[in-house]
Amino acid sequence: MSDQRILAVSFVSGLLFGAGLVISGMTDPTKVIAFLDILNGWDPTLAFVLAGATGSHMAARPYLKRRFPENVASGMEKKTEVDRQLLAGAGVFGVGWGLGGYCPGPAVAAVIPALGSTVVFVVSMIVGMGVFRWLQGRGIAA
Amino acid sequence: MITLNEALIALGGGVLIGTAATVLLAFNGRTAGISGILGGLVPPQTGDANWRVSFLVGMVLAGLALSTTLPDAFTTLERPVWTIVLAGLLVGVGTRLGNGCTSGHGVCGMARFSTRSFAAVGAFMVTGVLTATVVGQLLGGVV
Repeated sequence: MSDQRILAVSFVSGLLFGAGLVISGMTDPTKVIAFLDILNGWDPTLAFVLAGATGSHMAARPYLKRRFPENVASGMEKKTEVDRQLLAGAGVFGVGWGLGGYCPGPAVAAVIPALGSTVVFVVSMIVGMGVFRWLQGRGIAA
Repeated sequence: MITLNEALIALGGGVLIGTAATVLLAFNGRTAGISGILGGLVPPQTGDANWRVSFLVGMVLAGLALSTTLPDAFTTLERPVWTIVLAGLLVGVGTRLGNGCTSGHGVCGMARFSTRSFAAVGAFMVTGVLTATVVGQLLGGVV
């Protein structure tokens, strides 16, 4: 496939992904916090979004495996075992998510319309990703 | 609680996200994990940066395009700036250490029944609920 087609597919996928996040309300961190905070009038919206997203992709996978076997194989994570770094990293991510109400996708999609603290969040997140590279370079993280 | 209409809209938005993941995997052989796509640019690698930038530009433009139609979708938290900085740092380093976020593990990983992804989703849901609930009690609600 040509470079232009790869870029076009990425762009369209990003558009759909971003639109889905906005339409489903996930770019509003107060809605995400209202899902995670179970003692303040629980809002189940996030569960419906995850069900729609994971469910529809799951339903498409058997067809993708038959039609695009090489691409499906190359999109897989190489590691298969649950290790300490996976659990520690996911745990740390959850703390930040519960504190700021943003995971990476919604923060990126909201960055221009929301401005202000969302820009602060995205810049801090990129710095955090740089910290990971530094840990990796020093052999502290794999 | 939410109305049936709101639940259906959330489900529909979710299907758009799932379709985005399907398109990216089918044609580009890539996982639609936002932390991985963005993290792969920190720092950028020659020959691997363009598709990532293209995806992220699509996401940003989708937000921009819908900002006048759905202004309420872009509410922000009224929290001290240091909490936002800390939250961003933890999300950045945590998602890279854990090799994925809500999209990579939650949408793509669970859809292929990956044990690692189920473990990661369990871990970030537990710490996310604990953090948000404790902070909610301390601050007295969603602020």
